[in-house]
Amino acid sequence: MVKEYMTAQEIAGPLILVGEVSGVKYEELVEVELPDGEVRRGKVLEVNEDTALVQLFEGATGVSVESARIRFLGRGLELGLSRDMLGRVFDGLGHPKDGGPQIIPEMKRDVAGAPMNPTARDYPNEFIQTGISAIDGLNTLVRGQKLPIFSGFGLPHAELAAQIARQAAVRGAEGEFAVVFCAMGITFEEAEYFISDFRRTGAIDRAVLFVNLASDPAIERIATPRMALTAAEYLAYDMEMHVLVILTDMTNYCEALREISAARKEVPGRRGYPGYLYTDLSTLYERAGRIIGKNGSITQIPVVSMPEDDKTHPIPDLTGYITEGQIILDRVLHRKGIYPPINVLPSLSRLRDKGIGEGKTREDHANLANQLFAAYARGKEAQELAVILGEAALSPEDKAFFKFADAFEDRYLRQTIDENRTIEETLTLGWELLEILPLSELKRVKPAQIEKYLKNQPKKAEAA
Amino acid sequence: MTEGKVTGLIRKVSGPLVVADGMRKARMFDVVLVSDKKLIGEIIEVKGDLASIQVYEETGGLGPGEPVESTGEPLSVELGPGLVESIYDGIQRPLDVIRKQVGDRITRGIRVPGLSREKKWEFTATAKVGDEVGGGDILGTVPETTLVEHRILVPPGVAGTITKLSSGSFTVDDIISELDGDGDGTKHELKLMHKWPVRVARPYRERLTPEEPLVTGQRVIDAFFPIAKGGTACVPGPFGAGKTIIQHQLAKWADAEIVIFIGCGERGNEMTDVLMEFPELTDPRSGEPLMKRTVLVANTSNMPVAAREASIYTGITIAEYFRDMGYSVALMADSTSRWAEALREMSGRLEEMPGEEGYPAYLPARAAQFYERAGRVICLGKDGRIGALSAVGAVSPPGGDLSDPVVQATLKVVKVFWSLEDWLAYERHFPAINWLTSYSLYHDSLEAYFRTEVSEEWGEMRATTMRILQQEAELKEIARLVGVDALSNRDRLILGTAKAVREDFLHQNAFDEIDTYTSFPKQYKMLRNIMTFNRQAREAVEQGVQAEELFALPVNGEISRSRYVPESELDELDEIEGKIGSEIKGLIEKRVGAEEPV
Repeated sequence: MVKEYMTAQEIAGPLILVGEVSGVKYEELVEVELPDGEVRRGKVLEVNEDTALVQLFEGATGVSVESARIRFLGRGLELGLSRDMLGRVFDGLGHPKDGGPQIIPEMKRDVAGAPMNPTARDYPNEFIQTGISAIDGLNTLVRGQKLPIFSGFGLPHAELAAQIARQAAVRGAEGEFAVVFCAMGITFEEAEYFISDFRRTGAIDRAVLFVNLASDPAIERIATPRMALTAAEYLAYDMEMHVLVILTDMTNYCEALREISAARKEVPGRRGYPGYLYTDLSTLYERAGRIIGKNGSITQIPVVSMPEDDKTHPIPDLTGYITEGQIILDRVLHRKGIYPPINVLPSLSRLRDKGIGEGKTREDHANLANQLFAAYARGKEAQELAVILGEAALSPEDKAFFKFADAFEDRYLRQTIDENRTIEETLTLGWELLEILPLSELKRVKPAQIEKYLKNQPKKAEAA
Repeated sequence: MTEGKVTGLIRKVSGPLVVADGMRKARMFDVVLVSDKKLIGEIIEVKGDLASIQVYEETGGLGPGEPVESTGEPLSVELGPGLVESIYDGIQRPLDVIRKQVGDRITRGIRVPGLSREKKWEFTATAKVGDEVGGGDILGTVPETTLVEHRILVPPGVAGTITKLSSGSFTVDDIISELDGDGDGTKHELKLMHKWPVRVARPYRERLTPEEPLVTGQRVIDAFFPIAKGGTACVPGPFGAGKTIIQHQLAKWADAEIVIFIGCGERGNEMTDVLMEFPELTDPRSGEPLMKRTVLVANTSNMPVAAREASIYTGITIAEYFRDMGYSVALMADSTSRWAEALREMSGRLEEMPGEEGYPAYLPARAAQFYERAGRVICLGKDGRIGALSAVGAVSPPGGDLSDPVVQATLKVVKVFWSLEDWLAYERHFPAINWLTSYSLYHDSLEAYFRTEVSEEWGEMRATTMRILQQEAELKEIARLVGVDALSNRDRLILGTAKAVREDFLHQNAFDEIDTYTSFPKQYKMLRNIMTFNRQAREAVEQGVQAEELFALPVNGEISRSRYVPESELDELDEIEGKIGSEIKGLIEKRVGAEEPV
């Protein structure tokens, strides 16, 4: 008993203004049928007396004011959920894309999701070993965290995200593991890289893929991450799996949001992005986490490509304010041929100190990480100084830090794309590098730890 | 007042904004119930018959024609026993009760009172029948937690003679006392709780200038940029610079009797962190769990945006209520930028003319109103007790850019500025407070306190230290051009001392059991040792000793490990001072001895 309207009045960008409606609700799901029988979906953005503003997910190309038949469905956008989603590829609106059959849903859920009660959250504190030293050792990922990769065009974020998806494991922990992969506006080749990597390693059997390509309608991207996160929540909290969600590329999502905002003629915030970008992004990112009493968890790795490598651009900036840290890829390291080119200094994992230490990794982990950070920062400073003054003018300590910074990049950061280091290997490597420095400069680690872990203690600095 | 409930019909829904028709009689800022789901909203604009309403819950599924009903009351909070240890959303609904009712996710249309109606409190009357009382007078007390004695006050604006008052076990809704109004026959019934509108500052008798510092145990703050009890501070900084950790550290260690922590549009996990950690942590002064003096207001980023706007008012009204009892209250708001963004979002939907960066033109005025509710006051009531409300607001400027309108609006009103910088954070120098650009305007008013409570020489020591840090900044510029070796011996000593100040005093590890909190006596001894070293080293340098020799002395290692000396063993720090003297003397003697034969 759904009424059908043929009262479209205006079409602008992906938006349709429908007149003479009654009983329409805000955020309701809408179907628009074209004369050739094609059905497109959209949602109500605003209702004002008897007019409704509808946003079409698949764009308004080919829709005419005269012939569009519009139906309001009285519910939000929903996704059918089942365990059989594992191993399948869907498009950005949740239709199978791999030629397989439709899935038979166990249940349907509104993709908007309701906010988690802060008192129901369980604090993320289980160490995830990704096998990548720059992450495990210095910017540790924990279960239930949202840790984005800030990247730039041409940097290997896809390789890094795929490597994390492949290697991530919680040591000594039981429980099933799943990957939900959400592509928003990425190229066919990049999507294919992930899919074939998942196939090659067999990971596809425990993965659900939602793919909106660069050639697909931009507006569809607004729904895609919500689809993916709804699937992830089902797997995590109903099926009790540990789910890793990769969202790539958030920049494309935000651009789609800007497109809608511009079409609605809203007052723009910074760089034309809508003023509610922060709130909108938080409704995605905050869906990561753990719930008290549930075995599953959702860990998010969003990929954000920074326009002009600019960290202060609104998208990475607002992302950084919501997520629990960030992994920043660096063009200079990439040019030096270092993979993964993670610039550890501005990178951060806010949950690191909850996930490491005695009983989780090792008691010296936190101090060792702080020491490596401080030493690398000082080494980079010494290298800058050497550019101006020449290496010979550096003090003996600065020379040691200079050498340390190079060794750190070459041995600690650099690893191969299939190299899966254990946390012990990473920690040992860190201590080996500290041997380069004079003992008196090791202020961040405790004397007892130096005693225990520093193998070849350099001779005490001899006074002149 | 008598027109009572006004009802209207929804005309437009756009995000959190609902416009309703037939609302001519409704008053600005009255609370309305929207649709049959009874979602809570507040009137923020009235134009003829039309009222614009900001709705504190998700508006999906609402449409034109649904009813809107005004309650005739402004948005208020319930004030009474049961506030402490609670966690509220932006409009004072207890989140733990919501969870028990509807599960792990927050659904809509839930109405839960801020204070439990079932719980009974042991009330002990301290006033007696026949007393003349007025607003702010204490009727009696309730032991709310082991740390907080809740004083039951006569609400502001109520006065009369007590005709009935008894001790006993009551719920917040029971009538505990009756007053005979000022002879005109009006009778006031008083309960353990009363309501107060959040947008109205609670009255006090007189405002005082602050004269005591809020001791935080954070060395860079207490020693260099102190905030007074009753003062205001602002912590702006880019993400990852450690704003949240500073706020948490203050909430943990500040020597306030009540702490109000507002998580305004921030991460859900951060609130969880507080919820899990505070019951475990013990107050260094009382040995009781910190949670027993804490009230949390949590409106995380994914919760409805309009309630985020209300959350800071809810928080500060509760804070004022405890101030009125004569307590020292510390309020942390993390982050006021999210509050400003909520204002901006509503302003945009109202189609108001935007000011800077799309923020409404009234942003600075609203920010000033908020911070002006802090202060040290003589409370209402006959006993003239003094209460203080200190407010610390975090600001999250885009890209760390301090020209951001929210930062500027805040700096205009606050007296302390802790400038967090990301380059310090990259070097893992925490707290990443820049010692050159930060400031505190409370030094003068706190001077007397420092003289008597810390040390006569404290002010001078601080000034000397700041001068050394300032000189370091200048020398570093020169060293960058000509190299450290080209600097004079004396300048190299300054660089070395500044390094010691930065690394051994300003740097503080929030995650280390001992280092996380440093008392004033320990701060004084730590800084005194560095300054003693500096003074004696300068004499040695005059005698021809090289700065490098001085910094190679073993005592340097002890100075830098001072931070790990427990509060109970501060004598060790005095021993270090002795060693400084003897080791430097040794060097001078060696040098003089070497020169003499010539």
